[in-house]
Amino acid sequence: MTSESSRITGLRAWLETRLRLSEGLKLAEKKEVPIHKHSVWYYMGGIALMLLLVQFASGILLMVYYIPGIESAHACILKINSQVDFGWFFRSLHSWGANFLILVLFAHLFSCYFMKAYRKPREITWISGLLLLGISMAFGFTGYLLPWDDVSFFATKIGLDIASKMPVIGEHLASLLRGGDAIGQATLSRFFMIHVAALPVLLLALLGGHLLLVQVHGMSEPESFKKLETEKKSYEKFFPNFLLKDVLVWLLALNALAALVTLSPWGIGPEADPFGPAPLGIKPEWYFLAEFQFLKLVPAKLGPLEGELAGIAFMLLFALGLVAAPFYDKGDSKLKSRIATIYGVLLLLGMIIFTVWGAFS
Amino acid sequence: MNEQVCSQKKCRNLSRADFLGLAVPTFAAFWTMMAGYPIYRYLLPKPGEGEAQSKVGSVTLGAVGEVPAGTGKNFRFGSTPAIITHTEDGEFHAFKAICTHLGCTVQFREDTDQIWCACHGGCYDPTSGKNIAGPPPKPLEPLKVAVVDGKIVVSQG
Repeated sequence: MTSESSRITGLRAWLETRLRLSEGLKLAEKKEVPIHKHSVWYYMGGIALMLLLVQFASGILLMVYYIPGIESAHACILKINSQVDFGWFFRSLHSWGANFLILVLFAHLFSCYFMKAYRKPREITWISGLLLLGISMAFGFTGYLLPWDDVSFFATKIGLDIASKMPVIGEHLASLLRGGDAIGQATLSRFFMIHVAALPVLLLALLGGHLLLVQVHGMSEPESFKKLETEKKSYEKFFPNFLLKDVLVWLLALNALAALVTLSPWGIGPEADPFGPAPLGIKPEWYFLAEFQFLKLVPAKLGPLEGELAGIAFMLLFALGLVAAPFYDKGDSKLKSRIATIYGVLLLLGMIIFTVWGAFS
Repeated sequence: MNEQVCSQKKCRNLSRADFLGLAVPTFAAFWTMMAGYPIYRYLLPKPGEGEAQSKVGSVTLGAVGEVPAGTGKNFRFGSTPAIITHTEDGEFHAFKAICTHLGCTVQFREDTDQIWCACHGGCYDPTSGKNIAGPPPKPLEPLKVAVVDGKIVVSQG
């Protein structure tokens, strides 16, 4: 027993010399999390990180059986769903997990927005977060095509057509992504490469920077909390207090996801037919539904502009307000702060209304 | 240590640090372009790739009876999806089945007697291909239809 404990102490010392763990621990103990009525939103980033790990793990497992060919892709998913042990579970976990992740990212985005967490000195943290959301949606878009079923085929067709409407570079960009004039093997190969190699590298690099900045600047405090007198402010240690609660929330979220996956496994539509008509009731994933519904309502011509181009430009400009927010609302003007909040409410309401409308129309 | 750089009227000192400060980013930009260009060309699809071998002048669809009056049918015209309609007046009409809104493949709806796009609800006239409702900005691209020896032959419009 004594020799064992001395061996453990020795190992600890060996690691300490090389990894300087105590310094890292001191740093972690210094970090504090403010306690207030909005503290629950601090968990969103952590849940997103956990879900991302689930996506990486389930994605790697799916690659064992998936072959990115137009003759094989659909059959591979059918095989994973019906013949491979627990295949249905991991495939469903990946699909449900992706949707859950985007939902949590939106919650993270809007909670940070309404708590004005984008203000100095967190402008770059905010913008890196927006880019991470963009990358996550690109994951969704490229991954959607991979099962090669009819809905995914036409959703990709529409998505690439929207991209091609962008002035100057649009057609070129769409052709690069498509790998030719029509969606086919080249598109599937490219989307697969983007989904499993290019985007993960980009995401990991950017996520590293995002998390580093969160550590550097600490947790953002909402205005109502900042205004309190020092003795009325309360904090808890990030390590181990908040982290343990974080882990508990992760477990709850993971269990909720597993229950969803088990009770409602993700299906697959009929194989894509590039020459058949678009299927009835075709809709994109819910996180593109608002744009989809909005484009449905835009007339063919809006003055001198083509309807869809005007619609896309309008949506882009409106969403770009999120990028501009930290440079407009710097915390020095009540009016600007209020305008930024109203913009956020309008954006959120617009997204909810158009998404629900799109889902039921 | 300092070199003098003279333009026509002004002279200024360019230190080694200034020179390097200018040279390194310039070199990096050139290097990035040099490395990026082959990657870009590698990724760029050849014009008409995937379409060249399947471009066709005409397609024979089958017997006239296969598309009864008041119906329509999607078919493959080379590498393009196409649609034929048989209107109640007994005429055949064919179009490229690519919706002019966002490129989805359209279909004939017997309940409304229209060509319809499931993606955003665009409607076209089954006789002329004219856009009549929804977001499409232009009519469908027409194809020629002829009946030869009791068979429907569709060719480029």
